Amino acid sequence: MLLIYRDEKLWEEMSAQQRVAAYQETVDFTEGLRRSGVYQGGAPLEHVSTATTVRMKQGKPVMTDGPFAETKEALGGYGIVEAKDLDEVLSIVARHPLVRAGLSIEVRPIREGPPQ
Amino acid sequence: MHIEEIFRTEHGRILATLIRVLGDFDVAEEALQEAFEAALEQWPAAGMPDNPVAWLIGTARHKAIDRLRRRARLAQKQDEIARHLELLAEEEEAPVPEDRLRLIFTCCHPALATEAQVALTLRTLGGLSTEEIARAFLVPASTMAQRIVRAKAKIRAARIPYQVPLDDALTERLEAVMVVVYLVFNEGYAASFGDRLVRHELCDQAIRLGRMLVELLPSRAESKGLLALMLLHDARRETRLDGAGDIVLLEDQDRARWDRAQIDEGAELVEFALREGRPPGPYALQAAIAAVHAQAPTAAATDWAQIAALYDVLARVHPTPVVELNRAVAVAMSAGFERGLALVDELDHGGELDSYHLLPVARAELLRRLGRHTEAAESYRRALELVSNDAERRYLERRLREVAS
Repeated sequence: MLLIYRDEKLWEEMSAQQRVAAYQETVDFTEGLRRSGVYQGGAPLEHVSTATTVRMKQGKPVMTDGPFAETKEALGGYGIVEAKDLDEVLSIVARHPLVRAGLSIEVRPIREGPPQ
Repeated sequence: MHIEEIFRTEHGRILATLIRVLGDFDVAEEALQEAFEAALEQWPAAGMPDNPVAWLIGTARHKAIDRLRRRARLAQKQDEIARHLELLAEEEEAPVPEDRLRLIFTCCHPALATEAQVALTLRTLGGLSTEEIARAFLVPASTMAQRIVRAKAKIRAARIPYQVPLDDALTERLEAVMVVVYLVFNEGYAASFGDRLVRHELCDQAIRLGRMLVELLPSRAESKGLLALMLLHDARRETRLDGAGDIVLLEDQDRARWDRAQIDEGAELVEFALREGRPPGPYALQAAIAAVHAQAPTAAATDWAQIAALYDVLARVHPTPVVELNRAVAVAMSAGFERGLALVDELDHGGELDSYHLLPVARAELLRRLGRHTEAAESYRRALELVSNDAERRYLERRLREVAS
């Protein structure tokens, strides 16, 4: 799984044109991955200001406005790719247009089955 | 050869093959451990087999098959049953040289933390125990054990592949491997703390790994440069400290005690590395500089002009302030202390080396040679505020007393 992080402040400071261009490049890139059978799905996320977090407090689920943790870079989207090993994923991520646009991508394996 | 010696020298080769055959670091390590125990039991009475490496791999493979069979029966795990059947069907596996490359590229994968890369490389290819590695890096054994366990877990979970990177990625990945090998060497060579034996072991391990890279990737010039650099430094190992553990400067070292054979080997490798590397890489150039020093019959006969020229090239391919500082010293020795001092002062004003004690050390040494003792004392004092190594501290205090009196 590719977790795509963006500095929300930098992202807002980009012109709308730049943001749309990065978006369009990403759509084209993922379309290429989909055709080669690697891409399993993904989506961009709305701004972190729309986030709501639920956690247990004194035995009750409590909702708070905002993300799980306030950080400079927030989760901005995700993608799922199927690859044989880490090197294959890293070679895809290294070519990702959003990395070139200054965003960061965290690669995490999806666990199969129950936790061990 | 002694069983323990085989354990040490062949550990990497055997484990590398077992990991490929068994597909798992832990299974391979356990199996190898059991095979060594079997060897300790059987060889003294039955005699050593003709091919000890093949014997150990074969025995370890059988031990692993037995273990997987027991585990598969117990847990009814489908994947382990399948792996077990697969293993039974496979031919006896002979080690191939490529196995050790697979192993070192996996251990030195950039997705692992550098300290984990170092530990894993020494553990798997070097056959050092977790306790030995912990002692060498002055961390508690439990910390080191956890570091290694975590790294192996990441290799498995993140699927770091057990393979030699393809051509276009190879150059970059080989650089990462060389960084680890040179780190191991420097840990053994530069540290003034800890057990001398442990540190020698680290230098020897690094040189062994360097030899392996040269042997298995002969077309890569820079790995020859790295091996040459380590051999040339290591040739002077015995003369760098005196009986009391104090630093002996290069110019005061007893050149008769330098390891001539090792210097010749290093110098020959440097020539290859300089000729084949286009352009020559930073290790080859540093090795060339070390070769000029090592081949000078006396300190006074050192060809400083050539060393300065080599630093010029190095500063172009690897421009760092530390290289610039070394270049300044070479200029001082070949073109005059004043000119070198001007370059050092320029670097000093740049501010990038503010916390690097060797800048005020270089400045102080040049001022001392120029007879400007008050200024030299001031620089020695500044260096003393920054230095962390005890042997270096004692050296600087001695110099400070000289110029202050």
